[in-house]
Amino acid sequence: MTGSTPVLEIRNLSVALPKGADRPFAVEDISFTVGAKEIVCVVGESGSGKSVTAFTTMGLNPKEVKAVKGEIILQGEDLLKKSVAEMRRLRGEKMAMIFQEPMTALNPVIKVGEQIREMLEIHTELSPAEQKARVLEVMEDVSLPDHVKMYDSYPHQLSGGQRQRIMIAMALALEPGLLIADEPTTALDVTTQAQILELIKDIQQRHGTGVLFITHDFGVVAEIADRIVVMQKGKVVEQGTRDEILLRPQHPYTKMLIASVPSMEPSHRAEIDKTAPALIAQKVNKTYGGVGLFRKSREVHANKDVNLVVHRRETLGVVGESGSGKSTLARCIVRLQDPTSGHIEVEGADIATISESAMRPHRRDIQIVFQDPYRSLNPRRTVGQSIVEGPMNFGVSAAEAEARAKELMEIVGLSAEALDRFPHQFSGGQRQRICIARALAMQPKVLIADEAVSALDVSVQAQVLDLLDDVRERYDLAMLFITHDLRVAAQICDRIMVMQNGVVVEEGETAKVYANPQHEYTRTLLAAAPGRDVAFAK
Amino acid sequence: MAAAETPELSAEADLSEKTQPSTLRLVLRNKAVFWGGLLLLAMVAIAIIGPFFTVAPTEQNVMSRLKAPSSAFWFGTDFLGRDVFSRVVHGGRISLVVGISVALIATAIGMVTGMIAGYIRWLDAPVMRVMDGLMAIPAILLAIAMIAISGATLTTVIVAITIPEVPRVVRLVRSVVLTVREEPYVEAAIAAGTRLPFILIRHILPNTIAPMIVQATYICGAAMLTESILGFLGAGIPPEIPSWGNIMSEGRTYFQLTPWIIFYPGVALALTVLAVNIVGDGLRDTLDPRIARKMRA
Repeated sequence: MTGSTPVLEIRNLSVALPKGADRPFAVEDISFTVGAKEIVCVVGESGSGKSVTAFTTMGLNPKEVKAVKGEIILQGEDLLKKSVAEMRRLRGEKMAMIFQEPMTALNPVIKVGEQIREMLEIHTELSPAEQKARVLEVMEDVSLPDHVKMYDSYPHQLSGGQRQRIMIAMALALEPGLLIADEPTTALDVTTQAQILELIKDIQQRHGTGVLFITHDFGVVAEIADRIVVMQKGKVVEQGTRDEILLRPQHPYTKMLIASVPSMEPSHRAEIDKTAPALIAQKVNKTYGGVGLFRKSREVHANKDVNLVVHRRETLGVVGESGSGKSTLARCIVRLQDPTSGHIEVEGADIATISESAMRPHRRDIQIVFQDPYRSLNPRRTVGQSIVEGPMNFGVSAAEAEARAKELMEIVGLSAEALDRFPHQFSGGQRQRICIARALAMQPKVLIADEAVSALDVSVQAQVLDLLDDVRERYDLAMLFITHDLRVAAQICDRIMVMQNGVVVEEGETAKVYANPQHEYTRTLLAAAPGRDVAFAK
Repeated sequence: MAAAETPELSAEADLSEKTQPSTLRLVLRNKAVFWGGLLLLAMVAIAIIGPFFTVAPTEQNVMSRLKAPSSAFWFGTDFLGRDVFSRVVHGGRISLVVGISVALIATAIGMVTGMIAGYIRWLDAPVMRVMDGLMAIPAILLAIAMIAISGATLTTVIVAITIPEVPRVVRLVRSVVLTVREEPYVEAAIAAGTRLPFILIRHILPNTIAPMIVQATYICGAAMLTESILGFLGAGIPPEIPSWGNIMSEGRTYFQLTPWIIFYPGVALALTVLAVNIVGDGLRDTLDPRIARKMRA
């Protein structure tokens, strides 16, 4: 902790949840401080109360979620005793917040420069010309290229990273003592994330701002934190300096969390029999647009001459940032989208361009698990109905399908009795297990995991990754693992394929690619992975 | 991974039955649905049971023409000495039959068409252009034209009011289908080889039910109004069958002398349409997930 008085001090804060919630308090009796020039990371899994803490500090909670005990002291003033008007003045002047999704946090119909200027208009006595000059100054401060021109841009004309820079500029316009960042890089690509983290660190040093940084990502924590507060179910279980927590965690929950962070070091993989390819794709192309009624619209190559082979019992990782075409590739292979041209061979049949009815018999061979466990199961059907649907489409009797569903539920680590329940009764991780069971019920040869663990908390993520690896072995599956997360890829992939703008730029064994990347882009990606040089406590 | 054994499922073990109140109870908890429903139920009950206790609506009593409301004639009598109360009660049947049939037929046709237009991409544009065309036809003109061709019957009136309502339903269903078809669980069903009819019935149709119910109540209210307008214009149900519209139409001439002939069917119509619309508003608040969340927050 820094010696001077802290910018923010939270003392014994308890925030009550409305009646009927799953627990009485969103946060219970938490205390921590944020010093000037200090970045304090609050980490925890979903439901840990980390965001409620941030929102309570900003006074942005819904009415029902009320602080019932404790104090939040910002530069000597207790925020919980402030009126609505006083809080409005403090927000912006003394504290500011940046959010996860910069597109929705900005007004789409007002120029970004004007949006920043609004802050000055409300809170200062500066003349319009002085306001504009100040806006340009902060825009330059957050390293926006060509900031004079960008003043007149609308949010949709900027990239995600630029939008987040605008948000930061807005937050810093009045030089607040405290900056609250709620998962500010979660929606960004890894290379952009690295730049934004760099920017936050740099600005915070230069301006002496205290930063309260909310995140679930330990890579980011390792990259940016001075001190770390670990939360679980509304309580602070452990706090300390970055090294204390990351390298020598004391509390069992912290230990478990940190041990669950997948390592950047590729895990050891068994030898693969390379004589039995299960999935072969050759020169797969997918273009959007190009045809228009009146004029040719712009053609976009989502996939350009993609070749890949996945053998039985092998996991091929496809990594890339958003827009790299990795998900399009997955969807073309399952034929949820039709590839424009190319060959996709599964079990000896070319399924790339055949008709929907000709495709149907091949559907059972290729199954897919999606990213969002909350939308992957029909909320109105029981889990059992969802699992037996596929096999019964292919003539399996109801009794047999149900028996298999029960067996699969056990295999994915759930109880067979849960088949009669509805999806809303399960947690995210459990739903993802159910989705895996549903895919396995088809007895596929190829399993595609499209960001299948990206939406899960880190401890659950580790378990689902293990499950995927386990079923791959048990059922001799060829697995295509789509991810943006290099840590996850390192743990589960035998080989790895790096995509950029629809083109495969590098391919090879995971260990070799990580140790000795050939392509410039792969090197950039690996270098941008947050916390890459930290050996987390195991 | 090292962490795998530690918590197993404990970190996310939440298999407890969450007690969720049934949809019906949730809906009835809404005050608008409750009171609107009560009022509507009363109107329906009167329309069903009432006619058994009143004199025939066509019974003429020349001795007591244009009588003011009294204990003998609750709502007074019209220019032929017919009991206005009896006519209003009987007219309620017509209004409700027209309202409910139009709502049912329009939603049924609209649902099927909307699902097809929303799901089968190449059919979308042609179907929707036809719907745009239908939407351009004014219900009242269409009804007058149809009655001129095939004569004034209840069926003609129902068909004429239904046709322009269908496109509104189609648009609504189509928009729901367009969003739901992108849901991963629908894609998972496609990947599992589920045939098109089953995808539509199992995975897409249930999502359209709630907005459909709401839309149906609005259609019901609008249809009752249109029926009355047609009756008032003399283009609706034939005059020998009393409907709120044609009672008012016949009373029009004597309005200054005997305002009750128009007043009572008018009140009945207003109350019924109001009840239907209140129920519709309440249902929208509870059934539309986006609005429901806001109301609870």
